[in-house]
Amino acid sequence: MPSDWSSLWLSLRYAGLASGLSLLVALPLAWLLAHRRFRGAAIVEAAAGLPLVLPPAVLVYYLLAQLGRWPLRFSWRAAVGVSAVYTVPLLLRLFRSAFAAVDRSFEKIASSLGAGEWRIFWRVTVPLAWRAFIGAILIAFVRALVDFGVTALVAGGGRQVGT
Amino acid sequence: MIQVRIASHGVDLEFQAAAGITALFGAAGAGKSFILDSIAGFVTLGAGRIILDDKILYDGASGVNLPPRRRHCGYVASQWGLFPHMSLRDNLLFPLAKLPRLERHRRVQEMLGRLEIDKPARRPHEASPTERLRAAFGRALIGEPKLLLVDQPATGFDLALRAEWYRVLRMVREETSLPVLLATRDLDTCFELAGTMLLLHAGRILESGPPRTVVDQPSSVEAARLLGIRNLFPAEILTLDPGRNSSRLRLENFELTGPYFPGRLRGDRVWLCVEPGQLRAKPQNGAKPATNQVAARLERASDLPRSVRLEFAGGIVAEVARPDFEPQKDNKEWLVEFPPHALRVLGCP
Repeated sequence: MPSDWSSLWLSLRYAGLASGLSLLVALPLAWLLAHRRFRGAAIVEAAAGLPLVLPPAVLVYYLLAQLGRWPLRFSWRAAVGVSAVYTVPLLLRLFRSAFAAVDRSFEKIASSLGAGEWRIFWRVTVPLAWRAFIGAILIAFVRALVDFGVTALVAGGGRQVGT
Repeated sequence: MIQVRIASHGVDLEFQAAAGITALFGAAGAGKSFILDSIAGFVTLGAGRIILDDKILYDGASGVNLPPRRRHCGYVASQWGLFPHMSLRDNLLFPLAKLPRLERHRRVQEMLGRLEIDKPARRPHEASPTERLRAAFGRALIGEPKLLLVDQPATGFDLALRAEWYRVLRMVREETSLPVLLATRDLDTCFELAGTMLLLHAGRILESGPPRTVVDQPSSVEAARLLGIRNLFPAEILTLDPGRNSSRLRLENFELTGPYFPGRLRGDRVWLCVEPGQLRAKPQNGAKPATNQVAARLERASDLPRSVRLEFAGGIVAEVARPDFEPQKDNKEWLVEFPPHALRVLGCP
């Protein structure tokens, strides 16, 4: 039976890129929120959580209102970008709890043993939170894959749906 | 030499410690771990100053606050804090990242030999409890710190681990010239290891000195209670006779003859304190109490490893040898004798 695998390939590629992009944004942000106290941390967190609680239709409306000024074509770039709006908050949440689950005493001890923040992160925090990280990335990937509606509407400029 | 002054977070104290083991003794919440964390740099203090060998680690007034990695303090956490995802060898390598490869491995090899860690490829959870303990000390020492901070585990000390604990800390004391600050709730550890102990309560130092002195001559009833001293009774000094080395004390329901108490005055209200092991107890059998004897009703007898603890009405606790007690165990009416030489008095109530 002849079959066309290209759309599956497209979906996977697009979901992979979307979760990769959100990883790059969410991971440093989650680390900052978990390890540094700064003014407005609570606001950043609340704002980042907003897309999670908005109904998809409302989110689409806002995104269209904001992005509608530019002539958006359905391109994979646009699709990835829009999807990231949805997956970044999700990843941020999951990473935050992954960081919180790491026993801080290990990080403290590492610092007294002469390690800088960067080394502590890669040699202690990440290995200890490894499973939770992988789980978080998988969830984000699936979310990007499944959440086609919002992406199609926005990235399609509200007119065309599908490729 | 470490000099510490802390006046924040409800802690207010000042002390210094030279080479050798200084025990920070206190109950949970007394501030022991907080002091260790402040010195290591894990908490940000308010007012205070910490100086290690002429180097200022923290100074609230001038705003100096070195990060933990630049403080050169070895830290042994209460659960050892070995990184669970690394082998024991990698745990020991961790502090040496800045050294050349060969030097790093030479030092680890040497430390593994010194601590008799035979299977360094194992992860901490695969190693034996005593091996974990040795690895934790090894990791704290391998970077050649200028001070060692040790938080003694509050639980999980079986006999084998305790023996190893003493052995490793003695080794540290004898083979290095490091000041060691040891946070502990265990009086045995203070006696076994520490040259000096600080008795902490609610963020303050109540007593300091050699453990023997602190325990034998606590200056307040509060300190005595924290040290687990039983048999504390409020008393009034009725007479004092330095010539005959004697005194007369009035307790709640009875009077006792004691030795002369230097520095006390007639009429002083004090706390009388007697070691449970120094009281003598015998069945009353209808006899009248003689001098320094008190009739007391036995409320509870409990087994100790090598003796029996008798708790009498009025809060009197005595410890007697088991063979002396065994034939009399159904007896309820006892005479408790307070030998004059065993009586000590502590500050005003």
